[in-house]
Amino acid sequence: MKSSAQNRIRSISYAKYGYYFILPFFIVYFIFQLVPLLNTFRLSVYGNGKTTEDFVGLQNFITLIAGGDSLPLQAQHDNLIRVLGNTLILWFGNFIPQLALSLLLAVWFTDLNLKIKGKTFFKIVMYLPNIVTAASVAALFLMLFSKTEYGPINSWLMDMGLKEPIDFIKGKWQSRGVIMFAQTWMWFGNTMIMLMAAIMGISPSLFEAADIDGANSRQVFTKITLPLLRPMVIYTMITSMIGGLQMWDLPYLYKQGQSWNRATETIAVFIYNHFHVIPQNYGYSAATSVILFFITSILGSFCFAMNADPEAKKKKALIKEAKRQAKLQNKSAFGGF
Amino acid sequence: MNNVKDSYAARTMAKSVGVMVVLVILTIICILPIWILFVNATRASQVITNDGLTLIPSNYFIKNIQETVHLNDIGKISYSALIGYKNSFLITICATFLTVFFSCMTAYGLVIYDFRMSGPAYTFILAVMMVPVQVTSVGFVKFMGDLHLTDTYWPLILPAIAAPAVVFYMRQYMKSAFPADIVEAARIDGSGEFSTFITISLPMMKPAIGVQAIFAFIANWNNFYTPSMILISRNFKQYTMPMMVQSILSNDKLSDLGVRYTAIVLSILPIIVIYCFLSRLIVDGVAEGGVKE
Repeated sequence: MKSSAQNRIRSISYAKYGYYFILPFFIVYFIFQLVPLLNTFRLSVYGNGKTTEDFVGLQNFITLIAGGDSLPLQAQHDNLIRVLGNTLILWFGNFIPQLALSLLLAVWFTDLNLKIKGKTFFKIVMYLPNIVTAASVAALFLMLFSKTEYGPINSWLMDMGLKEPIDFIKGKWQSRGVIMFAQTWMWFGNTMIMLMAAIMGISPSLFEAADIDGANSRQVFTKITLPLLRPMVIYTMITSMIGGLQMWDLPYLYKQGQSWNRATETIAVFIYNHFHVIPQNYGYSAATSVILFFITSILGSFCFAMNADPEAKKKKALIKEAKRQAKLQNKSAFGGF
Repeated sequence: MNNVKDSYAARTMAKSVGVMVVLVILTIICILPIWILFVNATRASQVITNDGLTLIPSNYFIKNIQETVHLNDIGKISYSALIGYKNSFLITICATFLTVFFSCMTAYGLVIYDFRMSGPAYTFILAVMMVPVQVTSVGFVKFMGDLHLTDTYWPLILPAIAAPAVVFYMRQYMKSAFPADIVEAARIDGSGEFSTFITISLPMMKPAIGVQAIFAFIANWNNFYTPSMILISRNFKQYTMPMMVQSILSNDKLSDLGVRYTAIVLSILPIIVIYCFLSRLIVDGVAEGGVKE
């Protein structure tokens, strides 16, 4: 039985309140995200002179992607290729060890046969580097790896018998190595916790069945954990890649004084520098942003498709299963005759 | 039979020990840099240069802090921990509040009300969740310049209202843990839609709000990119804490290592304190965010 008040309330349409509630989000998104995004697209087809008034069409893109006949134009192209390469190298160098490490740890932490004490403690400690300000991490590593002012690492290495201090800041692969290490250090805890959650989402009966069948831990990992974890691993990889494309704080700050390290300049640093340090180059900065936008969109849509996929797949599988069952039942029904 | 069982137990035991060793090593790697940072912040500059690496704290911390306070008076070093804290806390607290409040509001609108655009609106929010800041930053700063908002804090605070990832999380939480019937009950009792949201729904969202507030606080405190894009004039009175650290880093005149370490410590101290108290909540929050869908 419904009271009259309930009926009255049912008859009122509350749809307009839905709009009121989501309106602030969309207004702010429009002003601070969408307009800037369109503005970036607009700026990317304007010139690189003192003013941004002259329309140059796709010239910025052509220069950046294909190069040009004059030396400065060719330099822009070479720079873009260089920073893209740097970004990829730095990303690979931190993602591979990060994934391997966090996968291993996640499997260990979720393995009930292993007697690991203080799991929560380890998780908390390993996540700690992730919350520390990236700018401060850069500052810290800069001081730890310093060559000139008796950096702790170099002084320790020399105590161990090294003759010359290693130039961890200006050296090409040394500086890359430190940034890769710092990134791995900051992110493996985060990835580990996410993978752990995914592993715990796998039905325990699968692990139990494997245990009863006598599967060893390697078989369990390769035959059960890894295949079922694949969507999560791919998801992690793509989000990490999008994050890697934005890598800015560490590469921007990890340098000596004001000089630039060409080996660690990433695409985000390139955009920032063309905007702030060389203020006449808005156009290149914007055009690079647009290129970055398309790369991210492609990666993001992969991720989007993957997130939506499992449900659809499940439904398909269910329908298939139901059909198979029906067929079997038909068979057995007629089989008796 | 017993032998098999024993050897199996022994192998598991051995593996457990091996795993523990690796975990302890990783723990040391995770803590050591931060530990060295804190230790060096308690040492005098000459001691750091002469004695090298140590893991035992000294007693110079207060002295170093006093030094950092006076940095701005002696040289041309644009650094002040007090101003940095004031600015960072102002921006971080405002932005965190806006993010959490408006994300709840948006999620509430999407979940509770049945309107034509709710589906498309949600799809839009999902789609833009991954657009990186760097992509829009050029147009963002230029546009803010046109609006005469560069060198102000508005572009650092107001955009917090639109946080797609937080809306996503809040929506998931509401779908699973929020009884929608309660809204109707409130209507029967004559409560207006907004007051229902403020007085009934928000308090029920507390667990989700707590987790997201911590993450928003940390993210905003650590944000270095947007402030350094927006604060074009580089007036150090406006610097946030990470910018203060950069200012000290890029200054070659400052040779006092103890003070440098102390400046870094001061920039991460609030975050570390929060983590000490709320680490379990944070780690669980990461796990929840991980199993999306």
